[in-house]
Amino acid sequence: MRARFWPELAMAAVLLAAPLILPDLGFSFDLLQRILDWGLIGLGFDLLFGATGLLSFGQAAFYGTGGFVAAYLLVSHAMSSVALALLVGTLAAGLFGLVVGWLAVRRIGIYFAMITLAFGEMAYFLENSPLARFTGGENGLPGVPVPQLGGLKITPGLPMYWMLALLFFVGFVLARRILHSPFGAVLRAIKENTARAGMTGHSVPAYKLAVFVIAALYAGLAGGLLGVFQSYMPPDAFALDTSGQLVVQTVIGGVGTLVGPLVGATLWLWLRDNLQQVPLVGALWKLILGLIFVVLVVVLKRGIAGEIRWIFSRRRRAATEAGVPEEAGEDAAAMPVAAPELPLRATLAVTREDAPALRAIGVSKFYGGLHAVEDVSFDVRTGSIHAVIGPNGAGKSTLFKMLKDEVSPTMGEVLLFGHRITGLGPTRTAQLGIGKSNQLNQLFLDLTVAENLRIAALARARGTFRTDLWRAADSIPAVERQVAAAMETVGLTHRAGVPVHVLPYGEKRRLEIGIALAIGPNVLLLDEPLAGMSPAERVSTRALIREIGRSRTLLIVEHDMDAIFELAERITVLYEGRLLADGTPEEIQRNQAVQDAYLGGLHEHEPA
Amino acid sequence: MPSAPLLLSQAFNGLALGTLLALVSSGLTIILGTLGVLNFAHGALFMLGAYAMYVVIAHTGSFLLGILVGAMFMLVVGVLLERILIRLFYNRPHEDQILVTFGASIVIVEAVRAVFGGNSQHVPTPGWGEGIARIGFLFYPLYRLELIGIIAALLLLLYLILYRTSIGLVVRAGIEDARMVGILGINVQRAFLLVFAIGVVAAGVSGMLYAPIVSVQPDMGGNFLVEAFVVIVIGGLGSYPGAVVGGLIAGEIISITSAFDSAYSDVMLYAVMALLLVLRPQGLFGSEGRV
Repeated sequence: MRARFWPELAMAAVLLAAPLILPDLGFSFDLLQRILDWGLIGLGFDLLFGATGLLSFGQAAFYGTGGFVAAYLLVSHAMSSVALALLVGTLAAGLFGLVVGWLAVRRIGIYFAMITLAFGEMAYFLENSPLARFTGGENGLPGVPVPQLGGLKITPGLPMYWMLALLFFVGFVLARRILHSPFGAVLRAIKENTARAGMTGHSVPAYKLAVFVIAALYAGLAGGLLGVFQSYMPPDAFALDTSGQLVVQTVIGGVGTLVGPLVGATLWLWLRDNLQQVPLVGALWKLILGLIFVVLVVVLKRGIAGEIRWIFSRRRRAATEAGVPEEAGEDAAAMPVAAPELPLRATLAVTREDAPALRAIGVSKFYGGLHAVEDVSFDVRTGSIHAVIGPNGAGKSTLFKMLKDEVSPTMGEVLLFGHRITGLGPTRTAQLGIGKSNQLNQLFLDLTVAENLRIAALARARGTFRTDLWRAADSIPAVERQVAAAMETVGLTHRAGVPVHVLPYGEKRRLEIGIALAIGPNVLLLDEPLAGMSPAERVSTRALIREIGRSRTLLIVEHDMDAIFELAERITVLYEGRLLADGTPEEIQRNQAVQDAYLGGLHEHEPA
Repeated sequence: MPSAPLLLSQAFNGLALGTLLALVSSGLTIILGTLGVLNFAHGALFMLGAYAMYVVIAHTGSFLLGILVGAMFMLVVGVLLERILIRLFYNRPHEDQILVTFGASIVIVEAVRAVFGGNSQHVPTPGWGEGIARIGFLFYPLYRLELIGIIAALLLLLYLILYRTSIGLVVRAGIEDARMVGILGINVQRAFLLVFAIGVVAAGVSGMLYAPIVSVQPDMGGNFLVEAFVVIVIGGLGSYPGAVVGGLIAGEIISITSAFDSAYSDVMLYAVMALLLVLRPQGLFGSEGRV
């Protein structure tokens, strides 16, 4: 990411100019403070929903927790420093976020929204009665003191606005840093394609939990500030409406823009305050906003800030998309003669020198009564190109999934260089050095080619989970070299900045292999790498496969027999879930059982 | 320790609340199970049903007519909502479906508030429900007792529709695999419309039946929405038996806990849900991986 600070500068300018201009447009200081407070909780929420795709309906729980912990500490005189109370409140909200998040992030979509909503309500009821002794129940906590700065009270009005504006600005800068950090890159990958993010070696639950806690911390601070700037902590901070209003404001303002919640809050609160003055429509302000919201969800999904950003980026986008040719027929020429060495590789943990790269021992997968794969054993020699073939439905893809532990076998086990990997899951096996490209493309469609490859390279460089929130995603030299090398290997260097969804199919196919390659695997599994390619693309991809097979163990599933017999040093044949044959291409070609299976000799109904 | 009569009476309250939650949740769960849409407007539709009852009773005075006209009204609302809004979202992400139904709930609630104002309205108990029933040593409001029976009958009716008719067969097959049902040549779109409408009517009728017990006001649905969520998390997403059993369990948890300490009655419900999420994340009747 190039050092572009204009959003920060623009934000600073807006915050500085707001108290000069906006009061004349019907914005009181109280209103401005509220808007900033909503904007602050929205920064965390947008990291959670906009960046990671997790729609939480329970942010009120953390808003209220931060608010009431801070307010109670101050009102009860347990603490005199407002700053310290805010800090403790924020941390308390983060801790609560850790607990709720731990329960919620293991569930996706519908479940996630329901569970966060339910925990939000639980917090509301906790505040309302069992904890009423501390929180004042339905009355809330009045008399929250204002903060002091060197003996100077920060009074309501302009001074309080400056304090909130400063805190919001710091929160905005931090959120932008997070979004553009390696950590943020993984969040975006999770939103784009959760399964692939996990398959490349990132611990998806850990990242989801971390961003959930970050969102809770933002909410906690905003909640604490709510009590401080209005000298009163209201119980409806915990209410379901608070979480709902946050969602609505974010969608109206623009999801995934960070400023969206602030823009949405500005519109929402300004309309509420000003429409109420208008006779006839006064009572209808929320109905109007509700209708705007529904229309936005149905038609304009980008929201206000998102729409503005879209218009501004149109020229740049048109330029990149114009650079994509119709269909890449001649890009055999784009393929490199020799694949550059990848700087990042999984460390080999070889127990015995003669241990095969992969060893399947009696692996079986049963789905109820269906025996997809049954008792298959074979070795993949280190450094070889090994093919698995078989008619449709022979169990090849299921076998491949078990070799990476995407699905765990019902029986049997898989050894990687002598280590048992069965039961570890696709994230750990990626970290241990197994890369896999899929039969159906699993790409991060809204990210660029370079960003796609970076997601994979980051998994190798950073391990399953790391909270490097402050550095830029593209600031790790080894990762950038890895991205460049992988991009060159699959011949996509000239597409580095192009969003993946505009790529032609053949290039998407090569990127699919590139992602598997960029995790720096020692063993690479390619599930039908040639599927759907044109003859010209097949030629270049075969060359590519041979090239990347020079420096690592390669295992291929493919229907293209010409390619298999040209590339493979050893072939395993599956038939109806069982191992039919295993040997050199010559042995396989001569094998009677294999011929029968392919020519329909074993069962008359089996198509060739 | 609360006395035995108090516990027994609370257990009865739990049954009344539980059957109501079961009816509300079954509407939510069949929509979720078949259409894959989590209907955030379910609470608002519950409220709309209560207002429909209020309007009809105010004009005719007849509770039975209220149920009939109200149910027809909810059917129309359900059909319109599906045709205009929901069907646009079958192929959009779950998050978008949640947002649009959430938006619809805001519009419904605010439209009702605009027409009837924010004050709470009173719906009288029907004549046949007035008075107190005496069961042994237990005195219990007659209407609440009858309500248990009426809702049980409605749940049975829903069960018969879902499990004993060919339409129900399509719906249940749709829960398992909507695409496959379509491939078999059955008009899934029409089945979806029907399911959505039935779900909306279930929410509305729950609201109508509950109207005489509570004060009818625009925000009354929110709480029921969340409790219905908890019920289907407990019972298992998209499972009809799960919604019924989960509803009864939730009703009893709330009522029995409040016999000990009413401050904890709602909190306890969520605590049980959290416990279940750890021990059996797919819910009591749910199967792992569905939805």
